[in-house]
Amino acid sequence: MTRFPLSRRRLLTSTALLLASAGLPARALAQDGKRLVVAADSEPKNLNPAIVASNGVFFIASKVIEPLAEASFAGPDGLEPRLATAWEGSADGRSVTFTLREGVTWHDRKPFTSADVAFSALEVWKKLQNLGRLVFANLEAVETPDERTAVFKFSVPTPFQLIRNALPVVTSVLPRHLYEGTDIEANPANASLVGTGPFKFAEHKPGEYYRLEKNQDYWGEGQPKLDEIVFRVLPDRAAAAGALEADEIQLAAFSQVPLADLERISKVEGIEVYSKGYEALTYQLVVEINHRRKELADLKVRQAIAHAIDRDFVVKTIFLGYAVPSTGIVPKNAPEFYEAGVTTYAFDPARANALLDEAGYKRAGNGTRFSLKLLPAPYFSETRQFGDYLRQALAAIGIDAEIVNNDAAAHQKAVYTDHDFDLAVAPPVFRGDPAISTTILVKGGVPAGVPFSNQGGYANPAIDEIIEKANKTVDVAARTDLFRQFQKLVAEDLPLINVAEWGFITVARTSVKNVSSNPRWAVSNWADTDLES
Amino acid sequence: MRRAFLLLRRRLITSIPVLLIVVIGTFFLLEAAPGDAVDAYLLSIGGGDPALVAGLRESYGLDRSAWARLAAYLMALLRLDLGWSVLFGRPILDVVMERLPATLWLMGSAVALSFSLGSALGVVSGARPGSAADRLLSVGSLTLYAVPSFWLGLVLSVIFGVQLRWLPTAGLESIASGKQGFERALDIARHLVLPVAALGFIYMALFLRMMRAGMAEAWRQDFALAARARGLARRRIVLRHVARNALLPLVTMLGLQAASMLGGSVVIESVFAIPGFGRLAQEAVAGRDAALLIGIILVSAVLVIAVNLVVDVVYAVLDPRVGASEPAT
Repeated sequence: MTRFPLSRRRLLTSTALLLASAGLPARALAQDGKRLVVAADSEPKNLNPAIVASNGVFFIASKVIEPLAEASFAGPDGLEPRLATAWEGSADGRSVTFTLREGVTWHDRKPFTSADVAFSALEVWKKLQNLGRLVFANLEAVETPDERTAVFKFSVPTPFQLIRNALPVVTSVLPRHLYEGTDIEANPANASLVGTGPFKFAEHKPGEYYRLEKNQDYWGEGQPKLDEIVFRVLPDRAAAAGALEADEIQLAAFSQVPLADLERISKVEGIEVYSKGYEALTYQLVVEINHRRKELADLKVRQAIAHAIDRDFVVKTIFLGYAVPSTGIVPKNAPEFYEAGVTTYAFDPARANALLDEAGYKRAGNGTRFSLKLLPAPYFSETRQFGDYLRQALAAIGIDAEIVNNDAAAHQKAVYTDHDFDLAVAPPVFRGDPAISTTILVKGGVPAGVPFSNQGGYANPAIDEIIEKANKTVDVAARTDLFRQFQKLVAEDLPLINVAEWGFITVARTSVKNVSSNPRWAVSNWADTDLES
Repeated sequence: MRRAFLLLRRRLITSIPVLLIVVIGTFFLLEAAPGDAVDAYLLSIGGGDPALVAGLRESYGLDRSAWARLAAYLMALLRLDLGWSVLFGRPILDVVMERLPATLWLMGSAVALSFSLGSALGVVSGARPGSAADRLLSVGSLTLYAVPSFWLGLVLSVIFGVQLRWLPTAGLESIASGKQGFERALDIARHLVLPVAALGFIYMALFLRMMRAGMAEAWRQDFALAARARGLARRRIVLRHVARNALLPLVTMLGLQAASMLGGSVVIESVFAIPGFGRLAQEAVAGRDAALLIGIILVSAVLVIAVNLVVDVVYAVLDPRVGASEPAT
C-alpha cells in the first residue's frame, strides 16, 4: 500500500498554521457618502408593504414604497401628504376622492399615475393585504377621471374617518406596470421592491443586511439627505447596544436596545435615546380572559383581577417608566377617540378579596380560591415579565396561577385556535382607528384561528351592536361618539383588562438628525433624515 | 489504499439508514410541536382574517395530513430535491447553501484553533504532569470550559469591539465594501477573530485535557522509561515519544468535535450576527418550517459523515493497526 506523505508531525504543524489569522490593522471606516447603518432584528419573508401591512415590513419597505399619506404631529387630522396631496370623503360615505401628487416617477422611471392607485387598491389592498381586506372590504371600484385623480367607490356607506385614519398603514402604492397580469404574491418585485420612495432597493444579503440607495429623482425637494441606508440584521439585542457604542451602527429602533440598557447607554457620549416617534403605533398590555371558564365568566371575578393589578408598579418596574397606565381599550395616544370617563379599577387588593368573597369563591384551607392557567405572550420580554408579576398579584388575592411558557407559534395556537388558556397576556396594537384592530379584541363570533382577536368566547350584544353601528356611521362626530360609548361599555364589563400602553424606544448616534419627527417615524420614509459627520 | 476504499464504501452504505432516521425523526419532532408555519407567519405580520388563514394553510400544503406531507417530502428527496422553504419563500437548497460558507468558516477556524492551541498547551501541560505550569493550564482551561459561550462572546465583543475598537463586533464581512481578493480575505479574517476565539477557547480545554491525560499515561509506559534511560534530551522525549503517542485519540476527538460544531452555535452566531446554520436552524424551528430544518440537518449530517470519513482515513494512514481486522473481500 502507498503511504500518504503525511506524518503526524506534519498534521500537527499544518493545523497550527491554519490558525494564522490576519493582523489587526487600524480601523478604517472609509465610506463614500452618507451611509446610515440601522439595526434590524428580523427579515420579513414578504417585504411588500402593500400585501403585508406590518411594522416589521414597513421598517424597511417604507423607505422604498410610499403610502398616500403619512402620520404627522402637526398636520390636519394627524396626517401629511405623501403620494396624495388631498383627500375628501363624500357625505353619503360612498366615495372618497384622492388628488395625487404630480411629477412622481417610479424607480424604473415610469410615471406614477392614478392607474397605479386604482390597481393597488382593487387588486392588492382589498384582495391580499392583511388589514386592507377589512378596511376596503366594500370597495367596489376606483374611478380615474384623469391621471391625478382617483375616486374610490364603496358599495355601502363607509366611514371616511376610518379610511383617513388607515391611510398611512393600508395604502402603500405598487407600480401597476410591474404587477398587472402577474401572480402578485409571487412577483419578483416583492423581494426587490420598486416604489416611488426616497430610497431605491439595492440588495438583500439574507442573514446579513438590506441595502437601500438614494433615489436621485425623488419628488421631495432636496430629499433624501442620506446616500444609503443599510439595515444590518442583528438578532441579538445585547449586540445592538454594543454595535451602537462602537459606531458600527448609528440607529436602533423598536426598542432593540433593551429597556434595562437605556440608562447606561444614554450616558454614553454621542448617543441619544428617543422615546418619541411611536405615538401612532401604540402597543397595549392586555390580560385576555377566557370567558368559558365559569369563574371568569363572573364579572365580580374579573373586577377583582383588575383591582389586583398595580398599574403604576408595572409601568415603573417592568417598563422602567417607558409606558403609561391604561384606563381602557383605546390608548391615550389616540386623542380623537380616547374617553377618560370610564370605569377604572384602582389597585386595591382588599376590594379584590371582598369581590371574590362576594362572588362565592372563598379561600380554601391553603388560602387558595381557585387555580388558573396563565399564558404570557412570548413576543416581548415585557409581556413575559408581566406574566410573572400577574402570577404574584393573583396569589395575593388567593388565585393560584400556573404559568405556561410557549414559543411564539405554540402560544398562537394555544390561545387563538385551541382556547387552551384561562388568562393570557397579549400586546395588541392600536392602529389609528378602533375599527382596524381594536374592536376585534372584544367582538363576538370571531372564528377560531384568527390571531389577536377575541378568542375568549366573550359575547356582549350591546358591544357588538355599537361596533356594527360604528362601521356604518359616516358622520365623524357620531362615529367618534359611538366609540366613546364603546370604551365605557368595555371598561364596565371587562371582557379583557387593559394594563398599560407603550411606544418603543429609538437609540441613535447624535450624528443622526431628524429622528422621531413623526408619530410613525420608524416606519416612515426617512426622506429628511440626515447624518452629520 | 484499498483499506481506505473499503472503509469508505462501508460508511456510505451505513449512512443511508442514518439519514433516513434523521429525516423522519426531525419531521415528527417538529410536527409534535404545537403551532404550524401559518401560526408563526401570522404572528410576524400581525394577524389576518379567517379566509387569509385558510388560504395560507392551503398554499403551504398544511391542509394535508402529516403522513401525506412526509411521503411527498420523501419522494422529492429521492429526486435529490430538498423542497421549498415556506419561511423564506425560496428553494431550501439555495437557503442552506447560502449559509454553508459562513458556518464552515466559523466552525473550521474554531476547530482548528481549539485543536492546535489545545494540543500545544496540552503538550506543555503533559511534559511535566503535576508541575506548576500544568496546574495553571488545567485550572485556566477548565475555567474557560465552564464559561458560557454567549458570555465569553459578549465580553470579548465589549472589550475588543466596543471599548478598544480593534475588531468589528458583528457580521462576517464589511457591508458592500467592494473589497476584493486578499483585502476581502483580510476583512473576513478580522470579522472572524472574536467569534472564533469565543467558540474555540471553550473547546480548547477538551483537547488540552485529552492531550495531557494521554501524555501522563505515556510517561508511565516502558518506552518512556527506556528513552530516559538511553539519555535522550528531555525535549526530544516529550515531543517525539510521549506527545506523539498521545496524539492519536485527539484525531478521533477532532472528528467528533468537528461534527458537534457543524450543527452551528446558535448563541455565537446570534451574538456576532453571523448568518450560519445555527441561526438558520433556530429560525426554522421558530417558523415551524420542517422541510427547512430537515434540509439543514441533512446537509449537516452529510458533512459530519464526510468529516468522520476523512478522520478515519487519516487515522488508518497514521496508525497501521486501524482497520487491519477488515475482512478482505
